[in-house]
Amino acid sequence: MESDVLACEVHKTLDAFTLDVGFEAAGVTALFGPSGSGKTSLINMIAGLMTPDAGRIVLDGDMLFDAARRVNVKPWKRRIGTVFQEGRLFPHLSVKHNLDYGRWMSGLPADAKAFAHAVELLDIGHLIGRRPGKLSGGERQRIAVGRALLMKPRLLLLDEPLASLDAARKAEILPYLERLRDDAGVPMIYVSHDAGEVARIATHVVRLEDGRVAASGGVEVLKSS
Amino acid sequence: MFDLSPDEWTAVALSLRIASVATLVSLPFGIAIAYVLARKRFWGKSLLDALIYLPLVLPPVVTGYLLLITLGRRAPVGAFLADHFGIVLSFRWTGAVVSCGVMAFPLLVRAIRLSIEAIDRRLEEAGMTLGADPFWTFVSITLPLTLPGIIAGMMLAFARALGEFGATITFVSNIPGETQTISAAIYTLTQVPGGDAAALHLVIVAVLISFAALFASEWLARRAAARLHGE
Repeated sequence: MESDVLACEVHKTLDAFTLDVGFEAAGVTALFGPSGSGKTSLINMIAGLMTPDAGRIVLDGDMLFDAARRVNVKPWKRRIGTVFQEGRLFPHLSVKHNLDYGRWMSGLPADAKAFAHAVELLDIGHLIGRRPGKLSGGERQRIAVGRALLMKPRLLLLDEPLASLDAARKAEILPYLERLRDDAGVPMIYVSHDAGEVARIATHVVRLEDGRVAASGGVEVLKSS
Repeated sequence: MFDLSPDEWTAVALSLRIASVATLVSLPFGIAIAYVLARKRFWGKSLLDALIYLPLVLPPVVTGYLLLITLGRRAPVGAFLADHFGIVLSFRWTGAVVSCGVMAFPLLVRAIRLSIEAIDRRLEEAGMTLGADPFWTFVSITLPLTLPGIIAGMMLAFARALGEFGATITFVSNIPGETQTISAAIYTLTQVPGGDAAALHLVIVAVLISFAALFASEWLARRAAARLHGE
């Protein structure tokens, strides 16, 4: 088994909801649980978009957040690629510029090989010159994955990337995500409430319930739910 | 089409110059204030809000008079500007720029503010996760998405500045070639016998300029919107 990439132990009170979660992640770790179990809040905390009340988040030995030591690395310095449920492509930029955005902003040099590879992996070559406005949901999500991948992230967060798609579109995207897992070599955290999806993608599973870890381990955790 | 006398041309050119400079100079301030009002929470925000919108509800002559007693040659701020920077605003075309800019400012701020408030902030969050710090997030995401509001605000501000009369004539008077805009020139012409024909010329010019500005801004706004939502 690979060594852990991410160690996360956080506590946060949100209105009437308390999140109290500790887990380690390696390979492709699924955060699995019903909606309202705190999955998206957890993703936002790892990405740096939400600040936990207490706890620590460590990525590859780097302290990203530590309440006790008042460490809180800004989201734009974390180098964590995030694929959101709704894609969140920039409507005013072409697909090509969307894909290049993370590289520019992270100050990385142009890498034609990586670009070509991501385009081929996600099969988005025919979309490059277009704008996001009229793309289908599946196309948008593939570009969102490519955009996060091309910033050369240390960790990829996928927050219910298929939730807004219908069954046919899900079936269309899943193989790309499997290729991404087998090929890109980037550790991933995959958030989903769909056991079938998780079983296909994940190597480790953390099952969340009401803001707590109910179980964690291999994909067998799915069966116990 | 019709002949304008040199004096009339002067008034037209001066109006265009004053309205353009007033719009362009107030734009960066308008964007900054609109951003602050749309996004920040701070003590005294409603006061700032009220202050910005004041020229919209005050009689223009009152606004002009307030400018005169603060920015006039012997007024505290005016004297300071004149003594330390050599900037004199009263009875100069630059003073007309100030009065037109102040009168147009609420319209500029309002249009831009509405546009900023309509932005999906989750896009900015996405930008941050991709490595954009707040400055670059603003430049690469917030500002382009605000563009339709900026265009609309500039158009409204320009039109307002072009039509400004009360505050301007109170602050910088009605000096041909220096502060006499189209509106002031029309007013003057209607006060003298036989000025009707010349006044009508200027009225037609004012209508043409307003229509041109309106069509130009419509066209620009459509293009900006198409860029944001279309192919």
